[in-house]
Amino acid sequence: MSDRKEVVIRGVGSSHYGRFPDRRVESLAWEAILEAMQDAGAEAGEIEAVFVGSVFGPPGVATRTLRGIGIGGVPVITIEAACASGTAAYHEACEAVALGRYSCVLVFGIEHLSSLFTRGAIVPEATDSEGRAGLPLPGLYALQAQRYMAQFGTRPEAFAEVAVKNKGNGAHNPRAQLKGSAPTLDEVMSAKMIAEPLTFLQCCPVSDGSAAAVVGRPKGRRGEVRVLASAMASGQLWDHRSKEFWGEGPVRRAAQAAYAQSGIKPSEVDVLEVHDSFTIGEILTLEALDLCKVGEGASLAPSGHTQRGGQQPVNPSGGLLSRGHPLGATGTAQIAEIVWQLRGMAGAHQVPNAKLGLVETMGGGAAGMEGNASVVSLLALR
Amino acid sequence: MTQTPDAPTPPPKPTRIAPIIQHDAKFFWDASDKEEFLGEKCGDCQQFRFPPRPMCPHCHSLKREEVKLSGYGTVHGWTIPRHPPPFGFKEAPIVIIVELQEGTRMVSNLVGVAYEDVKQDMEVEVFFEPTMGNHKVPVFRPRSKKA
Ligand SMILES: [Zn+2]
Repeated sequence: MSDRKEVVIRGVGSSHYGRFPDRRVESLAWEAILEAMQDAGAEAGEIEAVFVGSVFGPPGVATRTLRGIGIGGVPVITIEAACASGTAAYHEACEAVALGRYSCVLVFGIEHLSSLFTRGAIVPEATDSEGRAGLPLPGLYALQAQRYMAQFGTRPEAFAEVAVKNKGNGAHNPRAQLKGSAPTLDEVMSAKMIAEPLTFLQCCPVSDGSAAAVVGRPKGRRGEVRVLASAMASGQLWDHRSKEFWGEGPVRRAAQAAYAQSGIKPSEVDVLEVHDSFTIGEILTLEALDLCKVGEGASLAPSGHTQRGGQQPVNPSGGLLSRGHPLGATGTAQIAEIVWQLRGMAGAHQVPNAKLGLVETMGGGAAGMEGNASVVSLLALR
Repeated sequence: MTQTPDAPTPPPKPTRIAPIIQHDAKFFWDASDKEEFLGEKCGDCQQFRFPPRPMCPHCHSLKREEVKLSGYGTVHGWTIPRHPPPFGFKEAPIVIIVELQEGTRMVSNLVGVAYEDVKQDMEVEVFFEPTMGNHKVPVFRPRSKKA
């Protein structure tokens, strides 16, 4: 491992997140990439390779994006790992730099869901048995939530508290899809029921957006953020004897690898952006990240621990619940957010004294498997 | 004048959409059409698996056996997907993860019980509901009598 090279995030950028039916998918990425390049002080000619995360494309989206920003001729690698596509692209970029293959690469995630899912929830792959039982994606998380309640005696309000926290944070984030909207606990609880016990305000919105990062060897420029660890774990065959809920396995394994790589303990992390596509998701994720024991995750938001002024703020950007969840772009959006937090540039939703940041994304959903893949990365200002 | 008995009213046409049948699971759906509940078991280590697939996840054997399942299980997780209304259902169904006696879990529906009365680990048994296109799919109801 000693011949691995130091990797930094030189710059980040993002589009706004929301529903932009009139915008071409590439134009969202142009906004994100140009901001990231400028932030990094990088010229187009420095980019030696491009790593792209996208789930629903369309095919060729990477090439058509690059056409607009004068980057061409270099290897372009598009990666799909469900919701973790953007973070998987980032992870591969970090590895490529660490192993000396490239010294400066561009990463971006891109997605335009509003043109694809007009009915709302994403439906599972039709040949997976879940789809035929009338179960849309929120239902998969609802099954976990219901089981969690039965197992630990958790009240549905504990899930709603996660939405109140994250949407309260996102209300201050000018790029968030639901900016300006900070519902109360009552409003979250009484919102339209999507899948028992998860209400509408506990589900992330359908979003369009893009976020980008320039990853490379350090240049000694102010604001460079060091990649202390990046680890990816894919889903294993689902073991039916498992006592786990669904899909925490990849998160747990990626987290353990990232903690081992960096020597950092979960309790040392100052700020986190994690996968909260549904409120129960944040709870299970924080348990898998070892911030607390299994069964205690639901108390972290109500106790204040993960609030913006708490000991370990989680999703100060608003998370997927407020920023939105443009699948392939989500991972890179999380990376951008943590970079801004570590630099003290996050603005109205800045967390005080954030020195050590963690990003986690989980790509779920494939019958018979634990999940698709998870990436966990630890970051600190250089 | 002889009275003709009333013609029996035909059962309502099923609205549930038919399963998508793929090669590996064809035996499962074919059996469902005949109201038989089959599972797949490893021909070497004898462990069950679901959904059906070419290789045993436990020992990587390619020997597969189709065996009759008990049809009994317990509720591992449950929800009602209320919005958007699931396609093919007049009323939002209770969706469960059922843990079968044989140890595998599958996603299905639970009928014949109110949502509020569903309990963790409650005992259920399989039966079959018709779908469009003259197929049948396995669903579950509270178990009628203890074995
Ligand atoms: Zn076997």
